[in-house]
Amino acid sequence: MRGTLMLATGVALVPLILVIYYLLYKGLSSWSGSFFSTDPTGNFFGNPGGIRSAIFGTLEIVALASLLAIPIGIAVALYLTEYGKEGWFANLVRYFVDVMTGVPSVVFGLFIYIVLVISHAGGSGFAGWKGALALALLMLPIVIRSSEVVLLLVPGSLREAALALGAPRWRIVWRVVLPTARSGLVTGSLLAVARGMGETAPLLFTVSLATAATANLNGLMNSLPLQIYTDITSPRDVIVARAWGAALTLVALVLILNVIARLISRRSSMA
Amino acid sequence: MIPPETTSKEPKEMSAAEERSQQAEAAPDLAAMGEQRKGHGVKVRDLHAYYGAVHAVRGVDIDFPANEVTAIIGPSGCGKSTMVRCINRMHEEIPGARSEGSVTLDELDVYGAGVDVTAVRRMIGMVFQKPNPFPTMSIFDNVAAGLRLSGTKSDNLRERVHRALRAVGLWGEVKNRLNSPGIGLSGGQQQRLCIARAVAVEPEVILMDEPASALDPIATLKVEELIDELKSRYTIVIVTHNMQQAARVAKSTVFMLDGEVVEHDETTKLFTRPADERTERYVTGKFG
Repeated sequence: MRGTLMLATGVALVPLILVIYYLLYKGLSSWSGSFFSTDPTGNFFGNPGGIRSAIFGTLEIVALASLLAIPIGIAVALYLTEYGKEGWFANLVRYFVDVMTGVPSVVFGLFIYIVLVISHAGGSGFAGWKGALALALLMLPIVIRSSEVVLLLVPGSLREAALALGAPRWRIVWRVVLPTARSGLVTGSLLAVARGMGETAPLLFTVSLATAATANLNGLMNSLPLQIYTDITSPRDVIVARAWGAALTLVALVLILNVIARLISRRSSMA
Repeated sequence: MIPPETTSKEPKEMSAAEERSQQAEAAPDLAAMGEQRKGHGVKVRDLHAYYGAVHAVRGVDIDFPANEVTAIIGPSGCGKSTMVRCINRMHEEIPGARSEGSVTLDELDVYGAGVDVTAVRRMIGMVFQKPNPFPTMSIFDNVAAGLRLSGTKSDNLRERVHRALRAVGLWGEVKNRLNSPGIGLSGGQQQRLCIARAVAVEPEVILMDEPASALDPIATLKVEELIDELKSRYTIVIVTHNMQQAARVAKSTVFMLDGEVVEHDETTKLFTRPADERTERYVTGKFG
């Protein structure tokens, strides 16, 4: 039994290690100062340029998506745990959230494409903010579910103590429930951000691809997943190498977020 | 994420010598709370309480006289906690729970139309079975929490917090670490902190739901002494499993069984010459 389980663990580890090995082997060689500081030129011949605009684009789109998904997600979770509880409406919401968690990410992209891109909402077709919306839709159920679990961990005795002191419910939420759950909420949200960062499909139909770095969220933008997506099919080795470098960058960003999430949750568990 | 209920770095109980040296300071200082004041009595009339279809309290009438400690005893599930939670309207916070009948604090109908439930709870404070200080707050903030959470404007917050800590005899033990976390205290200290939190709001009545059942004997003794001190300013209702405790702290005692009051009398009489046969069997340990 033990041997079988060890074997299964070994089999599972092989692809993980291979992924990391290939990422480092193929990606590290393309990392350089100019790789991070120049935009892709878009030229097939000559210097292909770096991935600066892709990093900026990903950070901007994900930041906007987080700004939308995290407050709304935590608010929904608060509604479920503090007000809706086991009522029929709260359970209906939970059911829809579960369904949303299982929706493939490409569907969110298609949805935004049909509703906002084709209709040229906001004066442009493809736009960064539309990609951010698609990502936010993807992140929302993750934030709601993880936040609900964390909020349920806040002992009922604390709410009871606050109620018995004559506190109105909204103030209990602000001053007792949220501070007690804070680190768990941060961890759950950061994991949702990490998940959103690596998604390609929702951006494919919503943001399209650009070469220059831009702060204009109403226009075409570059992003790491799409940069990888287009580069990897190129017949030119230098451009394929850039895809590996971009992939390694993306993994590094996600890793940094995960480490931050862990540090936050560890620090608070010692308090 | 959520701090564990007991921390590994729980402070050691003080040695007996330290204890004695701090006695002068640690003794509850009710003079600091002002003169003895006339408390307010509570009248419960024909009170029924339900959890969904379960009829937990079945027509209870009790008078809780001002400035006295009244103990409620009875076997588990007899409805004593539920009855007490109806007095400050905490019972209705449980989904599916409801109550009928009347509770009056002096002339105020606690369940009257237009009565603000948060105001009721500020007048009728509560201490729970397990100490439940707020884990994210310091000792100071825990005591101030009642005032801050209820939105009470107070210019002399610091003074009121210090006064409440003195009143529960915790001042000497915590005055040098008011900013350290409340959950760093020992269990008995945490419970006195929770009593200070209730006292800081300056209620008329304090309900205690088995306040010492999670504490060791020494901490229990301290809480009992504190109850005895507090009755000069507050009307106190204490639910307890422990008959010796009722005998030690309460002037009168109520024996409840199956949601009804069986007997309510002077504590000494109830324990030595009970009128009802069921009371006698309970206090002599034949059941329950």
